[in-house]
Amino acid sequence: MVPVDYYIALSAILFTIGALGVLSRRNPLIIFMSIELMLNAANLAFVAFARVYQTFSGQIFVFFVIAVAAAEVAVGLALIVEIFKTRKNINIDEMNSLKG
Amino acid sequence: MTSDLIVFLVLSLVAISTALGMLFSRNAVYSALYLVLNFVTVAVFYLLLGAPFIAMSQITVYAGAIMVLFLFVIMLLGAESLAPSKALPWQRPLATLLSVVLAVEAVYLLFTRARSDAAIAPPEASLNTMESLRQMAMELFNLYLLPFEVTSILLLVAMVGAIVLTRQEKGGQK
Repeated sequence: MVPVDYYIALSAILFTIGALGVLSRRNPLIIFMSIELMLNAANLAFVAFARVYQTFSGQIFVFFVIAVAAAEVAVGLALIVEIFKTRKNINIDEMNSLKG
Repeated sequence: MTSDLIVFLVLSLVAISTALGMLFSRNAVYSALYLVLNFVTVAVFYLLLGAPFIAMSQITVYAGAIMVLFLFVIMLLGAESLAPSKALPWQRPLATLLSVVLAVEAVYLLFTRARSDAAIAPPEASLNTMESLRQMAMELFNLYLLPFEVTSILLLVAMVGAIVLTRQEKGGQK
């Protein structure tokens, strides 16, 4: 028997690592991967609680999150490719064209 | 200490160390491969939690489709490692500090305030996968039919958006 708290703690730690990646890395592809890691951490918590309460709703929600993540990655990577084609550089510190 | 607790601890060690490996690799290709390993580990967690369908979706969609897309883009752009920039030198230590605070706070609150007595048993060996899949499908297509259809439209919009964004204009530069 594994206490459900352990799963939630693991989920919190994975989420924090993802947040640290978003804040500290400068490569937009790594930032995207960190966002995926955060989504995954949330999914883990959903499935753990779905197991505790013996319901399928949590699993179905995870299914939707996976679909939304796939859509987000398709559009996000298309944007990154497009930015690279116009600027030849994807360092996010240099993407400040809208800055006054 | 029961055997499934040991399995959980070993798997969570793998999950956390691959997540840290993703974060600290210099090369983006290694980051992507670490993340694939992390997704597979989370899929094993889903199996332990009695969600075989979600585990298989995780492997096919995340570890398969999404990460292959990432690897394609990394190699296409040659963005394996970017030159370090000095734009915001204080940002990394500050981010590390704030993340440690966030993690400590979350775990502390979890174990002091939101303590739950529920424990998760490993799925029974007699678990009928087809039956649980059937029940999940009944719920998905009855109770959650509208969100399901909205998701299909979302995927269509994402597909059209990705094609429009990367399309070359005929004759023009773009």
